[in-house]
Amino acid sequence: MTFIGWQQILLYFILVILLVKPVGIYLARVFSGEKNLLSPVIRPVEAFFYRLADVSVENEMDWKEYGKSVLVFNIAGIIFLYVILRIQHLLPVSLGVPEPLSPDLAFNTAVSFVTNTNWQSYSGESTLGIFSQTIGLTVQNFLSAATGMAVLLAFIRGFTRRQTSLLGNFWVDLTRSVLYVLLPLSIVLSLCLVGLGSVQTLQPSILFTTLENHATQSIPAGPVASQIAIKHLGTNGGGYYNANAAHPFENPSPMSNLLLMLAETVIPFSLTYIFGRLIGDTRQGWAILIVMLILLLPFTGLAYASESAGNPILQHLAAPTSSTPAAPAGNMEGKEVRFGVATSSLFTTLTTSTSSGAVISLHDSYTPLGGMAALVLMELGEVAPGGIGSGLYGMLVFVLVAVFIAGLMVGRTPEYLGKKIEPFEMKMAALLILIMPLLVLSLTALAVSTQAGLSGITNPGPHGFSQVLYAFSSMGNNNGSAFAGISANSPFYNLAGAFIMFASRFWLILPTLALAGSLAEKKKVPVGAGTLPTTSPLFIIWLVLIVLVVGALNFLPALAIGPIIEHIMMAGM
Amino acid sequence: MNWRIVKQSLVFLLSFAILTGLVYPALITGIAQVVFPWQSNGSPVKTAGGETIGLQNIGQSFTGPAYFWSRPSSTEGSPYNAGASGGSNWSALNPKLKEAASQHLMDLEDGNGSISLSVPMDMLTSSASGLDPHISPAAALIQVSRVARARGLTEEQVRNLVYSHIENRDFYLLGEPRVNVLQLNLALDALK
Repeated sequence: MTFIGWQQILLYFILVILLVKPVGIYLARVFSGEKNLLSPVIRPVEAFFYRLADVSVENEMDWKEYGKSVLVFNIAGIIFLYVILRIQHLLPVSLGVPEPLSPDLAFNTAVSFVTNTNWQSYSGESTLGIFSQTIGLTVQNFLSAATGMAVLLAFIRGFTRRQTSLLGNFWVDLTRSVLYVLLPLSIVLSLCLVGLGSVQTLQPSILFTTLENHATQSIPAGPVASQIAIKHLGTNGGGYYNANAAHPFENPSPMSNLLLMLAETVIPFSLTYIFGRLIGDTRQGWAILIVMLILLLPFTGLAYASESAGNPILQHLAAPTSSTPAAPAGNMEGKEVRFGVATSSLFTTLTTSTSSGAVISLHDSYTPLGGMAALVLMELGEVAPGGIGSGLYGMLVFVLVAVFIAGLMVGRTPEYLGKKIEPFEMKMAALLILIMPLLVLSLTALAVSTQAGLSGITNPGPHGFSQVLYAFSSMGNNNGSAFAGISANSPFYNLAGAFIMFASRFWLILPTLALAGSLAEKKKVPVGAGTLPTTSPLFIIWLVLIVLVVGALNFLPALAIGPIIEHIMMAGM
Repeated sequence: MNWRIVKQSLVFLLSFAILTGLVYPALITGIAQVVFPWQSNGSPVKTAGGETIGLQNIGQSFTGPAYFWSRPSSTEGSPYNAGASGGSNWSALNPKLKEAASQHLMDLEDGNGSISLSVPMDMLTSSASGLDPHISPAAALIQVSRVARARGLTEEQVRNLVYSHIENRDFYLLGEPRVNVLQLNLALDALK
């Protein structure tokens, strides 16, 4: 580890924390329907959308109607994307695309992009035409992120409202997310990316002749920057290219990389501020932000430490063991020179702690403990800070559990923000927390006990098991990154993957909305002597422990036979 | 079944598809092509005759003694296959990783004679994209004597050229110092 490496990591964290409040204030104004910076331009467009779809802003929904709208809208999105991928060879601007995707691959990809997972069983540049990349994938990058934000807003209304069944209007929340937040930010970010060296053209490829061999090379191109911008802002992560954000056209320089890291985390972190502001107590939001940072930072440190220590097998060959300014040391397999070990480790922990899943280095080639940091961050349920919307509503469920357990221990009625936490809330919370590990572990077990699953493994020893565990942890948390050596483009992985991505997205959204509906119906209890303060350092530590114990313990046995054994083997070399 | 929700879903889906899938990329393409015409078309590097001999940010394979070599690449088919970005995805304990690294080390030693400086990690390992345009300054410096011999230049001339092509960290802080192999090799050709 180097001092400058830590400075790079620190700089990112300082910048993102500084952005939380200004971005949060803007978002809070947008979602309260207040006037903001962009409303003179965007309000007419917003009104036009509502007229077109016959939506009235005042017409609010209860949790069932909200949930139905989410489901129908997203299923329509899956069908729309599936059809595009199946007929892409017939569509315009798809020059050079020889064939449609196979049914199982198209289904997996459609579910993947609609659920904000962006798991890719295919190689972007050689499989998809420009039409599929833009009208197909870019659109779902926007809509899946906006869906997450909408569900979070409905959930927050469960706390802010009393004795009502109404949680807001899904179409209004969706439209505002896209028009005021995701689209303007994407426009700015994509132009910055082009300025720094990303491509943005309607040509499907660029030709050049190499200097030494005079060989003609053709590199796929297209409207890359516009897709990369929303891919990161929307915590989507599905790359235009197979190499994802390691590809120089997606992420040309360390500066563009800093922008992408900020882009994929600033909204999830800022949502804690909106939460605080909407419930009328910003300290509650800051407390949750601190919990997220306490959960994230040690894993960033673990990944960086493990990657800079490097791979002893290669270090025995010839290379220096300490990093000098001129010579990178540590584990450079699957990493780019311009980013180096520190930035790559930081990016990896950010992408797995949000639902992004974009990569600038190959997680499969990480040291065992570096890869485990990525695995654990997903397996905690991606709550630090998590995907857009989904991260914070996941974390708030952990808060309810923490409040409930603390209440039981001291014999007080558990309450949070003036809402009594009762058996129904706890049933929903238990459901929300248990579904993910149950699905991930049972599908991993199924995969490693069938030929269909085993045939995807490409690395020997315990790492082969880690590849499968990583695949289902990633899809089961709507992350999308991979130990990418796994050959997952087979009917087994495509269908099992589509199932777990769909279930872990919508099977969680529905109980979340039901929980919100139940909370909104309740009266507000005044703060009394028996109220547990939820902004104290004690509660912050308590919540961190609850997330770690409830989240990580489920996976400890699986981690023991994957990365942990691999680490012990490597230490013995 | 509530048909109103279905109808609203379709209306929103199609209008957002037009706005974010068509208008947005077209708008960005239009602006980018006007404001950043060079970058948005791949940052091409051209000869005096106007022929495109590479893209600044896309690495190329160099194997002869007279050029600086890029990092190993694991792209499908052949190294630095621009049409299929990707890396090895070998795990740390995968025997193929050690075999490949030993091979790269031997190639470097064969090419360079005895290497007095130790070999930096980036020359033993392949990148994530397989198209890494950069090598570390140390990786360039260990190749100086070979290139100088092959071109009949003094080592000092070549070493100075390397030093003048070291790109610092962005803002002296972000990322790592690096040398763009294509630009360094073009400068070599310009030298002799």
